Amino acid sequence: MTTNELGEKQEVKPYILVFVALMALTLITVAVSYLELPTVGAVALALVIASVKGSLVACYFMHLLSEKKLILLTMAFTILGFLAVLLGPAITEANTVTLD
Amino acid sequence: MSTAIPYTSEPRPDTGVHNVKLGIWLFLASEVMLFGSLFAGYILLRVGNPAWGAGQGELSVPLATLNTVVLITSSVTMVLAWAAAMELDKTKFRLFMGSTVGLGAVFLVIKYFEYSAKFHHGIFPDHSTFMAVYFTFTGLHAAHVVAGMVYNAYLWLPNAKMMDSDPRMFANRVEAAGLFWHFVDLVWIFLFPVLYLL
Repeated sequence: MTTNELGEKQEVKPYILVFVALMALTLITVAVSYLELPTVGAVALALVIASVKGSLVACYFMHLLSEKKLILLTMAFTILGFLAVLLGPAITEANTVTLD
Repeated sequence: MSTAIPYTSEPRPDTGVHNVKLGIWLFLASEVMLFGSLFAGYILLRVGNPAWGAGQGELSVPLATLNTVVLITSSVTMVLAWAAAMELDKTKFRLFMGSTVGLGAVFLVIKYFEYSAKFHHGIFPDHSTFMAVYFTFTGLHAAHVVAGMVYNAYLWLPNAKMMDSDPRMFANRVEAAGLFWHFVDLVWIFLFPVLYLL
């Protein structure tokens, strides 16, 4: 761990590792899409991979892992709001949906 | 009359973070709601539409994959630019921030080719529900890429001299620009499978 001029610890190596992981997951996402999985399985798998990639970006590039409590609290509230916005309308329509 | 607006670049004791960081995170919270409501619209339109996906076959998965790689790479150069700004290494900062702006431009050029291929085949947002969703999502996302590039370019060239006069404030600016840029990358990570692959 090196200390930079402004006195904050900054390690570059994890960024490179995250970059490699994101590239690999991108290739996996594309490869899986050619497998012709049933819709529900394909959607679930693609969203799981995208969530893993998104978490890597948020935790490392946006350094949420080492962030102060206030920022984490803000994000927690944001996620609640996001889920409400995302699922609220869908739930009202749930009885009309048929999955193929 | 000139009045200096009081400010501080240091973390505040009550919030624990510097003001720019809290500000950009609150802004990103509103951005999550903006894109979240669009995703909610996507879900509703998709599950309620037996003819979903009309025109999806026209989309180019190789170009979109390339754009994913370009945008993820630009996120890495962005974070390296921030590291350089904190090490007060102006040469390295200029190199990485320039790369970030350049990769943003590459993303937009590829997007331009994708759009013009659609237009060439007479595919516009009124082609189908799917294409309306596609153009709304990618258009809004591209607008964010443009906005990020404008501010990144400002930090890259005219503003970089601030690294000598007020390195703390400059590093804060680069950090905030980075948080926005990573968010734009994050949105694309979800848009790519949702629009092109599923």
